Amino acid sequence: MNVVWILVPPLVAALLVGIRTPRTWVPAITVASCLIVLAFAGRIAWVVAAGGSVTDRLGPAWANWVAVDGLSALILLLIALVATTAAIYSIGYLAHEELVPVKLRLYHANYNLFVFSMLAIPLIAEPTLVWIVVELTTLASALLVSFGNTREALEAAWKYVILSLMGAGFALFGFLVLFAAMHATGGGSYTWAGLAAAAPRMPPLLMQTAFLLVLIGLGTKVGLVPMHTWLPDAHSQAPSPVCALLSGIETTSILYVILRFFPIMQSVPGAHAETWAVVLGLISVGTAAFLLLQVHDYKRLFAFSTVEHMGVMLTAVGLGASAHYGAMQQIVSHAVTKSFCFFAAGAVLLSTGTREIAAVRGLIGRAPAAGAALVLGGLGITGAPPLAIFLSEFTILKAGLATGQYVATGLLAIFIVIAFFGVMVHVNRMVFGAPDSDQPGTAPGGGAASSRLPFSCALALVLGAVPVVVLGVYIPAPLHALMQHAAAALAR
Amino acid sequence: MSESTRQLVENLNALAAGLFLLASFGIVAMRQARGCLMLFILQSLLLAASAALLGLRFDSGHLFGVALVNLITKPIVVPWLLRKVAPAGLYTRREVDQVLNIPTTLLIALALSIGAYFLGVPLANAVGPEYRGPNVSIGIAGLLLGAFTLTVRREALPLLIGLLAMENGAFLAGILLAHDLSMLVELAIATDGLIIVFIVGVLVRAVAKQVGTTAVGDLASLKEGGGHAVPGAGR
Repeated sequence: MNVVWILVPPLVAALLVGIRTPRTWVPAITVASCLIVLAFAGRIAWVVAAGGSVTDRLGPAWANWVAVDGLSALILLLIALVATTAAIYSIGYLAHEELVPVKLRLYHANYNLFVFSMLAIPLIAEPTLVWIVVELTTLASALLVSFGNTREALEAAWKYVILSLMGAGFALFGFLVLFAAMHATGGGSYTWAGLAAAAPRMPPLLMQTAFLLVLIGLGTKVGLVPMHTWLPDAHSQAPSPVCALLSGIETTSILYVILRFFPIMQSVPGAHAETWAVVLGLISVGTAAFLLLQVHDYKRLFAFSTVEHMGVMLTAVGLGASAHYGAMQQIVSHAVTKSFCFFAAGAVLLSTGTREIAAVRGLIGRAPAAGAALVLGGLGITGAPPLAIFLSEFTILKAGLATGQYVATGLLAIFIVIAFFGVMVHVNRMVFGAPDSDQPGTAPGGGAASSRLPFSCALALVLGAVPVVVLGVYIPAPLHALMQHAAAALAR
Repeated sequence: MSESTRQLVENLNALAAGLFLLASFGIVAMRQARGCLMLFILQSLLLAASAALLGLRFDSGHLFGVALVNLITKPIVVPWLLRKVAPAGLYTRREVDQVLNIPTTLLIALALSIGAYFLGVPLANAVGPEYRGPNVSIGIAGLLLGAFTLTVRREALPLLIGLLAMENGAFLAGILLAHDLSMLVELAIATDGLIIVFIVGVLVRAVAKQVGTTAVGDLASLKEGGGHAVPGAGR
C-alpha cells in the first residue's frame, strides 16, 4: 500500500466541509475522515510492529521523500487516535455553542487541515519539508486557537503564532545548516536515514549548530522552558477538543522532529546531545511543577502539565538507550491521558460555564460525570498508580536508576511528585470542595450551564478513558512491539 | 567566467549583502508601519539580487529560480495579500510609545550583528573551501535582527515584517550554504511565507475588530497570578 494515501482523507474532508455540503453533515465528515485515517494508521502500525515495511512498494521516486519506521508509525497512530476522539467530542461540544454555519465550517476545515499537517510530520523523511509541515501545523491551528474570538483567545493565538514562527525561523536556519553539513560530505540523500548514515563524515561544528538551532527553534513549539510562555495561553484558550489535539499530540509530534536528531548526533564527537536533552528537560519539568501550584484556570493547569510531560520525555531520551522504551511509553500514555484531561475539562466547562478553579466547588454533586472524569484525568496525568502514566514514568525512573544517573533521576522523581500535588490540590478542591454559598448557578455571559453532557462528549470521554486505565495494567503485544521498534529508532 | 568578471560579481554580491544588513537595521528602527514594509520589500529585492549574483558565480540555474520566486512573492504578492486581508488602518500606524528608544535599539542591533559575524565565519569555513562571501554572517545577522524586531515592536505590521525578515535572513545564508536545495522545497517555503501573511492578516483583522487596536503587542491579560479568566470565554 502507498502510505501517502493516509494524507488524503483529511484534505478531502477539509474541502468537503468548505463547500456547500449540508450543515448537519459537516461534523460527520470530519469524524468519518478521522476514522478512515485511524484505520489506515492502525494498519501501518500493525505492519511495522510485526517487523514489516510499509514503504517497500513505493517507487524509487518516493524514497527520498517518504519513510515510515517504528517511531513514525507510533506517532501516526497516536495522531489518528486523538484526532478521532477529539472529532467525536467536537460534535456535542460545538452543538452547545449554536454557531453560525460559517464558523462551523471554518472550525472543521481548519481541524482537518491541522490533522493533515500533523500526519505529514512523521511521514516525510526530508527535513526541510518536515519544517514546512511543522509551520503548517501552526498556521492551521492558529484560527482554531482564536476560535472563541474573545480578547483572551485572540491574544493567545497571536502569541502562539508569533513565538512559534519565531522559533521556526531559527529552526529553518538550522535545517539549512544541516543541509550544508550533508552537502559537505559530498552528497547522499537528504533524509533522516541518509543523515544518520552520513553523520560520521559531517563537520561537527555544523552538526552542533544545526542541532542547537533546531532544539531551540522547535523547542519553542514543543513548549520547553524558557520558550514555553505562549503554551499555557494557547492550550487553554482554544476550544477543548482543539486543546486535546494541541496538548495531547501536536507537541509530541514536534518533539518527534527533535528526537530524529538523536541517532544522527550520536556519531558527532563532542556534541553532547543527551546532556542538552537532560538539562533542558529537567528545567522544563521543574519549572512547570512549581508553576502548576499557582494557576487559577483549570485548563491552564493541564496546559502546564504538558510542559512538564514534554520535559519528562526529553529527559528520558537524554538518559540513554535503556530509558528510550520508557520515553515511547510516556509518549503513548501522555497522548491518551492528556486528551482525556481536556475532554474532562471541557465537560466541566460545559456544566459550570467558568474556567476559574476558585469558582468551581463540589463538582461531584452538581455534575457527577464531569467531576468523576476530572478526578480520573487528574490522577491519570500526574501518574497515580495504576494508570498509564504511572507505568511509563516508573519505567523511565527505573531505567535512570539502573544506569546510575542518580542526580537526574532523583530530580525528575522529585519534580514529578511536586507536579502530582500541584494538580491534585486543585482538582480535589474543584471536585470535592464544599460549594461556596454565593456561587452562581449559571455563568454570566457564556452559554447556559447545564449538567447534561452531550452524548458525543460522553462517548468521547468513555472511549478516551479506556486506554488511560488499560495501558496502566496491560500493554497489548503489538503495541509493545511497536514501542520497541520506535525506541530502536532513537539509537544509531 | 573570466577572473575580472568573477571579481565583479563577488563584489556586487558583497554590496547586496551589505545593503541587506542596512535594511535589517532599518526594519528594527523604523517607526512608520508603511516604511517597515518598504524596507522589507527592499530587503527582499536585495536577497533576490544576491541569489541571482550567486547563480552567476556558481553557474547555477537553481539559484536564478530562487531569485525569481523571491522577486514574485515578496515584493508583489505579500503587499497585495496584506491589502486584501489586513485591516485598512494597518499601514498608517506609527508607534509612539517605544519599548526601547531608537539609539538603544540600534546599539543592541549592532551588538547582535557583531555577534553574528563571529558565529558566521567559522560556520562558513566549516562548509568547504569554495567562495563564501559575507552571506552567512549577514544572514545570521538578518535572522537575529528579525527576532529582535519581534521583541521590541508592538504594532502588528512590523511584527509580521520581523517574522518575514527572519526568514529572509535564514535564506540569505541558505542560498550560499544550501544552494542546491530542491526546487520543490524552495517553492514550498515561499508558499509558506504567503500563508503566514494570510493567517497573521486574518488574526490582526479579528483583533482590530474585537479589541479595537492593531498594537497586538499590548495584549497582555493572560498571565499567572493576576489574570482572571472571563467566565464562559474561549471554549
